[in-house]
Amino acid sequence: MKYKIVPFIVTFLFIVSFIFFFKGLKNSNIYIPSNDFEKEIPFFTTRLFNSNIKINSDEIFKNNKYYLMNIWSSWCAPCRDEHQYLMELSKEKNLEIIGLNYKDNTLNAKKFLNELKNPYSNIILDPDGLIAIEWGAYGVPESFLIYDKSIIKKIIGPLNENLVFEINGLIK
Amino acid sequence: MKYFRFLVIIFFMSIFQISNAIENDLGIKITKNLRCLICQGQSVYDSDSEFANSVKILVSQKLDEGFSEKEIYSFLKKKFGEWILYEPEFNKNTYFLWLLPILMFLLGGVIVFKIFILRKN
Repeated sequence: MKYKIVPFIVTFLFIVSFIFFFKGLKNSNIYIPSNDFEKEIPFFTTRLFNSNIKINSDEIFKNNKYYLMNIWSSWCAPCRDEHQYLMELSKEKNLEIIGLNYKDNTLNAKKFLNELKNPYSNIILDPDGLIAIEWGAYGVPESFLIYDKSIIKKIIGPLNENLVFEINGLIK
Repeated sequence: MKYFRFLVIIFFMSIFQISNAIENDLGIKITKNLRCLICQGQSVYDSDSEFANSVKILVSQKLDEGFSEKEIYSFLKKKFGEWILYEPEFNKNTYFLWLLPILMFLLGGVIVFKIFILRKN
């Protein structure tokens, strides 16, 4: 009677760990950062794409408007795909699109914009990717919808028709 | 005198190298403890992705600014969530994870005690 407890415990532990790992099999192993990100936009200083003038984030997001900050690069293929949606959004009057040029070569970036047109009202530079980290972004493209210096919506990956529709709804 | 000067130069060079090495070691230690978010399964130190390279620059910059190891971790945790750290924190989601090995160890001890010591008596 004394020793019957051992096989019982072993079986119990086996069943518990089996359920535990079996459930784990179905979990997605692609990581998406949680939704409780920082709402306030970070402060940073950088240079403008066209004029090389130093500018800080307070000057960029100063107006009482909606801003869409889009992280893009000429070497990023999904950026090319989402460009048409940015062009569409650039027609909105109460939305300003800010481009964050991520680790790019200026010449290539200019070619990219000449070819696909420029939806951005301002483009700022991020040659080391450090500003993207301040925003909690880890790749290109990513977009942030901003109002009153706080982030309303964070979009990881390229824009699509549904997201454009959603953004239009949010800024109305 | 000539030799003395030579020795002084060597002395300063070695000091400089030691201080440099200590700083680098801390940078390496930190980046090894960070998970690269794009190339999962690799640490920031091992990866050569754009994201990992930026984080490496950030870590060395923060160290230069005088941030401690813990401050860098909490900075990145605030930006990207706890997942970026390899070592999970002790909270209600992870207490099972942390306590299970201890539980197993104690259970093993009980089994050994029961089988070998009680049987002898």
